[in-house]
Amino acid sequence: MLTHRTQVTARRGIRTGIAIILLALMLFPVYWMLNTSLQPSGNTLSATFFPTHPSLDGYRTAINDQGRNLVTSLLIAAGTVVVTLLIASPCAYALAQFRFRWINWALLAILISQMIPGIVIANALYTLYESIGLLNSIPGLIIANSAHAIPFGILIMRSFMLGVPPSIVEAARVDGAGLLRSFLSVVVPISRNSLITVGLFAFLFAWSDFLYALTLTTQGSTKPVTLGIYTYLGAHISNWSAVMATAMLASIPAIILLVIAQRYIAAGATGGAVK
Amino acid sequence: MSDAKTMTATTDATTPSSRKAPALKGGRRAEEIAKILFVVPAALAIVALFGYPVVKNLVMSFQDYTLRTFFTGQAPWVGLQNYVTVIQDDVFSKAVVNTALFTIGSIAGQFVIGMLLALFFHKNFPLNGVLRALFLLPWLIPLIVGSAAWRAILEQDSGILNVTLQNLGIIDSPVPWLTSPDVALIAVILVNIWLGIPFNLTLLYSGLQHIPDELYEAGAMDGATGWKAFWNITLPNMRAVVGVTLMLGVIYTLKVIDIILGLTQGGPANATQTIATQSYRDSFVEFKFGQGAALSNILIAISLVFSVVYLRATRRQADE
Repeated sequence: MLTHRTQVTARRGIRTGIAIILLALMLFPVYWMLNTSLQPSGNTLSATFFPTHPSLDGYRTAINDQGRNLVTSLLIAAGTVVVTLLIASPCAYALAQFRFRWINWALLAILISQMIPGIVIANALYTLYESIGLLNSIPGLIIANSAHAIPFGILIMRSFMLGVPPSIVEAARVDGAGLLRSFLSVVVPISRNSLITVGLFAFLFAWSDFLYALTLTTQGSTKPVTLGIYTYLGAHISNWSAVMATAMLASIPAIILLVIAQRYIAAGATGGAVK
Repeated sequence: MSDAKTMTATTDATTPSSRKAPALKGGRRAEEIAKILFVVPAALAIVALFGYPVVKNLVMSFQDYTLRTFFTGQAPWVGLQNYVTVIQDDVFSKAVVNTALFTIGSIAGQFVIGMLLALFFHKNFPLNGVLRALFLLPWLIPLIVGSAAWRAILEQDSGILNVTLQNLGIIDSPVPWLTSPDVALIAVILVNIWLGIPFNLTLLYSGLQHIPDELYEAGAMDGATGWKAFWNITLPNMRAVVGVTLMLGVIYTLKVIDIILGLTQGGPANATQTIATQSYRDSFVEFKFGQGAALSNILIAISLVFSVVYLRATRRQADE
């Protein structure tokens, strides 16, 4: 019996080993980004597997060139989170708990909206923004990014709010709270986790956005960091360590969220599709 | 507090309905309006950010909508001319083939690797959860960052892939991964597979978690283990999840622009141009918005076909 148990432990240990190797292969490009970002600046890539003489020159250049763009991205992402939560959460609650007759049509519209290619939205918003002066503006990019986060947010939060027992909302209503009050003071606190999940994903969507950054800005004045990287990635790359340092800086939100908010990420990753 | 509640409840119950009815009716109407107000902001947002763009694109695709339109405000109606122009363009047939190859290649690779990883992580071992979560990283970082990392790896002269392959003696001279029309599409597909693995792994893994263990126990008694169990128990029970994963994968892949622009900008010689990137080019590089809109409408039409399949798959799943 003891040998059997040792066998099982050994087999599990081997599996963990295999998993680590697979993960290392999967994350190699990310490691390579880190490695290159720490190499001394230059227009050729180094083939050494470790930064034996680590240099922060790449990061210095990156922050000089792209520091402002990182702040722009941060403002756009934060704005998208606020707009998405304000607009999507009441709707999610309504679609989960109020018995509207047209609920299935609304859900169908939301599902279809998720399939509209970003380029379609970019085409239309460009011409619209051109006439109302929202091109090259942070609010303009917040609105465009919310386009993708709102339907996603409604679906995630609705599936969570389906599980909120109507009786506790009714209890608040009996105590004299209006619909909005009971939503804010009862439903929102209970649904906190789904709001956090949606907020995190709205942040990541907007932070990662490249298409709207590329199409809805025409001058250098408002430039999210993704667009900054794209400009770096011209035909001829002159400073690899600066490009990779910027790429690392642009990955920080994803890395932080993966470490500290893993369960929310997991919930959002499956929730959007499988409902 | 609880007394007050009971009292309200009793008053409600004992109040003669004739006296209470009008007040209640007014209250109910206010309540209905309040309920609708919960949906109004989202409804307006969806109409403005999806409804309007779809209609606007449709209208633009029938207009001669170019840079000049922004100055003169005029976009003459040209009927189907934009569609004729983009379809007769030499690049179009190439873009269609590339879109098909890119989508099929990416989905096949992502799905097979994602499924194998999901099956592997379905087993029990220490650190399983943490390691599986770390697999999500490539999916969470901006696509343009992933493209940048691969640009460094695939760089022709000093990129680590060519250097390693040469050191191992597998190739004699560096492969121009992103600059040769012969291999660029393959390279772009490989990068997109890498990006899509986390998504497939996550969805398929969650599907596996929902298959009850008893099915495998019963199957084992009938001699269904290993591959037999996979074909006879796992796959049939995963049908809905597999359907959703594939359809979402197709819909996402059809509209990919970031990765291709970041890696090759559609080149060399249009070798990696897809309908989506060509639509971007027409609108935002050539400023022929009418033609760009026509191409993006063709893209919507293709997506819509797959969407119908997707919606059916989700509905079936909801029924089960």
